[in-house]
Amino acid sequence: MDYRPEVIDRLSSMFATGRDTFLKDSPELFNRYRESAFGDFLHLGIPDRKNEAYKYTNLEKFLNHQYDDYYFPRPEDFREAERFHCEVEDLDVWNMVLLNGFFPNGEKGLVMLPGGIWVGSMRYAVKQFPALVEKHYNRYIEDGNDGLIPLNTALASDGLFIYAPKNTVYTKPIQIVNLLHSDKDIFVQDRNLVVVEEGAQLSLLSCDHAISPQRFLTNTITEVYVGRNARFEIIRVQNQHNNSGKITHTFIHQERDSYASSNNVSLHGGLVRNATWHHLGGENSETHSYGLFLADKEQHIANFVKVDHTAPNCNSTQLFKGVLDDKSSGAFNGRIMVHKDAQKTNAFQSNNNIILSETARMDTKPQLEIYADDVKCSHGATVGQLDENALFYLRSRGIDAREARLMLMFGFAHEVIQNIPIEALRERIDDLVHKRLRGELSRCASCAVQCN
Amino acid sequence: MLQINELRAAIDDKEILKGLTLEVKPGEIHAIMGPNGSGKSTLANVLTGRDIATVTHGSIIFEGRNLLEMSPEERAREGIFLSFQYPIEIPGVSMVNFMKTAINEQRKHRGLDPLSASEFLRQMREKKELVEIDSALTNRSVNEGFSGGEKKKNEIFQMAMLEPRLAVLDETDSGLDIDALRIVANGVNKIRRPDTSVIVITHYQRLLEYIIPDYVHVLYDGRIVRSAGPELALELEERGYDWIRKEADITEESWTTDQK
Repeated sequence: MDYRPEVIDRLSSMFATGRDTFLKDSPELFNRYRESAFGDFLHLGIPDRKNEAYKYTNLEKFLNHQYDDYYFPRPEDFREAERFHCEVEDLDVWNMVLLNGFFPNGEKGLVMLPGGIWVGSMRYAVKQFPALVEKHYNRYIEDGNDGLIPLNTALASDGLFIYAPKNTVYTKPIQIVNLLHSDKDIFVQDRNLVVVEEGAQLSLLSCDHAISPQRFLTNTITEVYVGRNARFEIIRVQNQHNNSGKITHTFIHQERDSYASSNNVSLHGGLVRNATWHHLGGENSETHSYGLFLADKEQHIANFVKVDHTAPNCNSTQLFKGVLDDKSSGAFNGRIMVHKDAQKTNAFQSNNNIILSETARMDTKPQLEIYADDVKCSHGATVGQLDENALFYLRSRGIDAREARLMLMFGFAHEVIQNIPIEALRERIDDLVHKRLRGELSRCASCAVQCN
Repeated sequence: MLQINELRAAIDDKEILKGLTLEVKPGEIHAIMGPNGSGKSTLANVLTGRDIATVTHGSIIFEGRNLLEMSPEERAREGIFLSFQYPIEIPGVSMVNFMKTAINEQRKHRGLDPLSASEFLRQMREKKELVEIDSALTNRSVNEGFSGGEKKKNEIFQMAMLEPRLAVLDETDSGLDIDALRIVANGVNKIRRPDTSVIVITHYQRLLEYIIPDYVHVLYDGRIVRSAGPELALELEERGYDWIRKEADITEESWTTDQK
């Protein structure tokens, strides 16, 4: 039976009851789009398998659930968030915590870091930089078929805002910890905007943690503007628990001579779906999309990537890998689109997966669409077991079969990890992946949820 | 050290080794030569425990133990080393981590503590010089992007690190130019201790100019059809394998006739 009408009823009532809260407490800019966005959501509905991008991803388990009413934080909610400390050693970052998609009240909503980069809450950003936010908010969204995107626009009331004005550079990464903590099951919508102006440089690390065992579903939109000759990196570490679902839509819009990279590392989470859109809007730009996931039990992890080459002389890479065990499933849907003016495009795409059990399943769909005639594109996808020859090679040197298997899996994963631009984090992820592959708990030590 | 008795082995029901007998004593170098398809690589596979071939008959005793009951890793820990004809590329696994794991697993087997980091690095440095392998290569993933010659040198480098008691060199000379061949062969000679035994599997005689065998055996159609000293290798180089084929086939015929 189709579960969706019931879910739409629930979300309609969430929208109706939330209206009093968000109309009063959130910025006019957000409120301006809400009604029409909710209308779009009702029109598009919940994506199902008929939608090409969701063909192998079933949202029912996480969407078809009675979540609590529209969530808006009370001041006391932030107490737990304040106690949270990231456990990564030697990670020299500027750190900020979002709780259930909201910035802590009370604190200054927006701060300027040395070098001139602004970081803080979307709600404050709308007040302090109205013209800037207005110029970029809701401008880079590309998928007109995914109902979850307007749903976020209709329901989100806060999120992360980063503004790197022209030629500003912040040498450390900015770390955002997305905490989920509640005594009720909640559906979280956060809305993030990152503006990296001409010549500026920014590195963003986004870590997801669920610190209470409730069921959570997060539907995130992140819009990123990367100006001329600017540089932007985002690394996502998704380490929630398996009773928690995370859906992200990231839109990276690049101007000429710019550089962007995205790295999604998905370790825990019952349902994870990352959609990353790279729009190469100006000549001579470069963009990289990396992803690694390790899935077991009944996890489902999906990556959707689209790289849009609209201008000449741009380079792009997509490298996604997955290791699947037990009854887990995964999906990769990657697309390179080369428009007719995008001559001298260099685009590469690869998706490799290792299946460790007979009950795991991986669906992969690499796609190329080329309308220019002078381009270099390659794509490929594999789903398989560990390489028997490599396994024997290791064993023939005295390494036992189990250890050899781990080494091969780790080596497989490391090819993605090695692209993480922050060394301390790279080591930490190597370590997390190691422990996870060895079947040891790999979650940050401060996490109280023993989901394994 | 190694006794192979009446060994028969098949791949997919096709018998490849048809009753092979060979004894190797400590410190001896045996060359096994033979035309393509005679079973040379199958012998290497069977010795090291690659499960491509199934042993249907006979035995292999190594240092008093039944080799055929041992897993590939056990054999390695007992001191058997195979230099692969086609070394495998393993992206993402660093040479350093690979060697460290292999050495420490072997040390554990012998009841020794793991090597300290500094001792390990010292050995790496020393052995790299021995086989003249570029330092940059050992900082990379196992064999990834190595040229053919570098891969073979890397095999001998691993042999130097692991110090086996019996080394099986499977067509180590194939794909090597003369300089690389000399480096590889000299590496083997330098690594060898007086009691290290070597089985050199090769198609050509040229490697045997550097690694001088005590015995040369000709493998033909799954059996050793002739054994002699190093002069046999020269004879094969001059005359090719045809006369061996003819002789062996004649023996086969007369043997078959005798049976009747």
